[in-house]
Amino acid sequence: MAFAAFATTTAQADPAPRRRSPVALLLLLPGILYLVLFFLTPLVSLLITSFQAPAEFGDIGQYTYAFNWQNYVDVVTDYWPHIVRSFAFALAATVLALLFSYPLAYFIGVTARRWPLLQSLMLVLVIAPFFISFLLRTLAWKQLLSDESFVVTSLKAVSLLAPDAHLTGTPIAVIFGLTYNFIPFMTLPLYTTLERLDLRYLEAASDLYAHPFDVFRKVTIPLSMPGIVAGTLLTFIPAAGDYVNASRDFLGGPDSQMIGNVIEANFLVLLNYPAAAALSIILMSVILVIVGIYVKRAGTEELL
Amino acid sequence: MASGTFADAGADLELVGIQKRFPGFTAIEHLDLSIPAGSFFALLGPSGCGKTTTLRLVAGLEEPTAGSILIGGTDVTQQKAFQRPVNTVFQSYALFPHMTVLENVAFGLRRRKIADPVGKAHEALRLVELDHLAARKPQQLSGGQQQRVALARAIVNKPALLLLDEPLGALDLKLRRQMQLELKTIQEEVGLTFLHVTHDQEEAMTMADTIAVMNKGRIEQMGAPEVLYELPKTAFVANFLGQSNLFTGPVIGSTSTSITVDVAGHRVVVPADRAHRHAGEVTIGVRPEKMWLHRKAPAEAADRNIMGPGRVIDVSFSGVSTQYLVAVPYIGTLIVFAQNMAFGPVADVGDEVWLDWHVEHGFGLEDEPIPGAGPRFAADTDTRSIAAQRRESLVTELEEA
Repeated sequence: MAFAAFATTTAQADPAPRRRSPVALLLLLPGILYLVLFFLTPLVSLLITSFQAPAEFGDIGQYTYAFNWQNYVDVVTDYWPHIVRSFAFALAATVLALLFSYPLAYFIGVTARRWPLLQSLMLVLVIAPFFISFLLRTLAWKQLLSDESFVVTSLKAVSLLAPDAHLTGTPIAVIFGLTYNFIPFMTLPLYTTLERLDLRYLEAASDLYAHPFDVFRKVTIPLSMPGIVAGTLLTFIPAAGDYVNASRDFLGGPDSQMIGNVIEANFLVLLNYPAAAALSIILMSVILVIVGIYVKRAGTEELL
Repeated sequence: MASGTFADAGADLELVGIQKRFPGFTAIEHLDLSIPAGSFFALLGPSGCGKTTTLRLVAGLEEPTAGSILIGGTDVTQQKAFQRPVNTVFQSYALFPHMTVLENVAFGLRRRKIADPVGKAHEALRLVELDHLAARKPQQLSGGQQQRVALARAIVNKPALLLLDEPLGALDLKLRRQMQLELKTIQEEVGLTFLHVTHDQEEAMTMADTIAVMNKGRIEQMGAPEVLYELPKTAFVANFLGQSNLFTGPVIGSTSTSITVDVAGHRVVVPADRAHRHAGEVTIGVRPEKMWLHRKAPAEAADRNIMGPGRVIDVSFSGVSTQYLVAVPYIGTLIVFAQNMAFGPVADVGDEVWLDWHVEHGFGLEDEPIPGAGPRFAADTDTRSIAAQRRESLVTELEEA
């Protein structure tokens, strides 16, 4: 299953105890109750809401129970560009985060092994942004990427940006924000795999005539696959549903709205609860399908 | 090494003035070594003597601080590991866990773009009798099978030089003996040069044509196993390769064929061509299996050295032979291995016994004896520490003067 990818131990798990114990069931009960109450109930409620129809002679925001599957057709026809854009942005952010994080995680986990102090210091620096609310940090980036900012004026000065162009409100800014916010989620699982990478495999590969690039491609990457899968899932899933970075109040604009923003608007502004619920269900299902295929294709089971 | 082709035959290896320093310690002080093509060469020594470092230097996994490495006459000191015509069987095997056994074996062939890697990999697996497990992952194999896959993965590339880094260390005794035979057979079959690093003296002696005994980053003695065993040059070799009874004493007489040493009142004769030092304080020795145990004082004879009387302090039976520990006054404890020709031991603990051995079986060491250590060589057989002690006592002597 997909979530096995988050596991960090490579050791074989002990075989499950054969005896059924009532104590184990008793200990599981609070967790099961909690999940039923706070996960299953809202999910069912969301599913029911997504099929609701507007109440006859009702006010805005008043709906009755129905099996109005037309809701799904409507939201897909209305919002398909947002759905596609969400996954495209999430994919771009995931790829960028992987490209930035891999060398970083490799440096912390492999190169810095000889200096444990440097290793811990760098790990703290990776986690440090969590000490400040990500809303504040994203807002700060809005300032940094605004039209009067140093970044934009210098880019315009060297003609990398047209004189009348902006950064905020563009897809570039949104993807940048997503990448920035999810880099720690990519770096940490990569680090945990690379930190345990047995360098003797790399030596064996170079002893067997593998060029350093081949060593990386044929040995390092496959052996760090659990970290890559975990990191990309931890980045891709929340990024696809993100509604902060793409929001007009932060880094987004009218042409860079993601599905999360649409759900937010339908739910809080338009009070179109069935549409918001249908979009949420669609988002969830598509993510489940994509992740399922991805984990199956990545074939990391034997490495876990 | 050119891609797409194999080495024609095993190549000779030459290490010239190799030195390797790590931060804080020197692993190899000064090493000159020449291994002829097609031979089975063993580097023998205790852990931490620098033998694995030597192997890693040859493989290209470490860079020497000074000196150069030549394989088949070509200087490869500046070449990276992947450029050298050398393959290693690692102590940990280091089989890639994400590949099947077959892909592991074909890895080196694919990197060098050699035609038909899969067919050749199957062939190598057949040689180690594991072709039926080609589709398995390494974790699904036993230790002995993994070891054979590691061997197949290395020899399939037909390297000019095959390095073995204690590859049999993790196997149990029976499997180990079996693998030793297999390795030796394979080496004779494929005609490669093998450099085998081990701390197991028995393994080195059964497998290698030539053994170099290493200690503290230096080679103590090099030669054929029989020569090393029969004529050890240093106390370290005498005790690391089998066991020895060592004595020290001044030379009190010498002829063209022999020297006579006074060991705590016993006259011991050693053939001159078997002794490295012919004057002054010398250390001489004899192997325990060359000694004879007597219940009565043997008659004096020109060709035998007699020692005793002594008292048996321990008897241990090991099937083929019985080991006796005999305490001889003023000399110390001597070890005797006696073949079990009679039922039960010929002497019991507490018995008074005499020992003798044939003059021709004695040997004289090159080492300087420790001053003031008495007629029996100290149990600390570390040659360098002996040298250090000698220097220390000289310094104190000079200071007192």
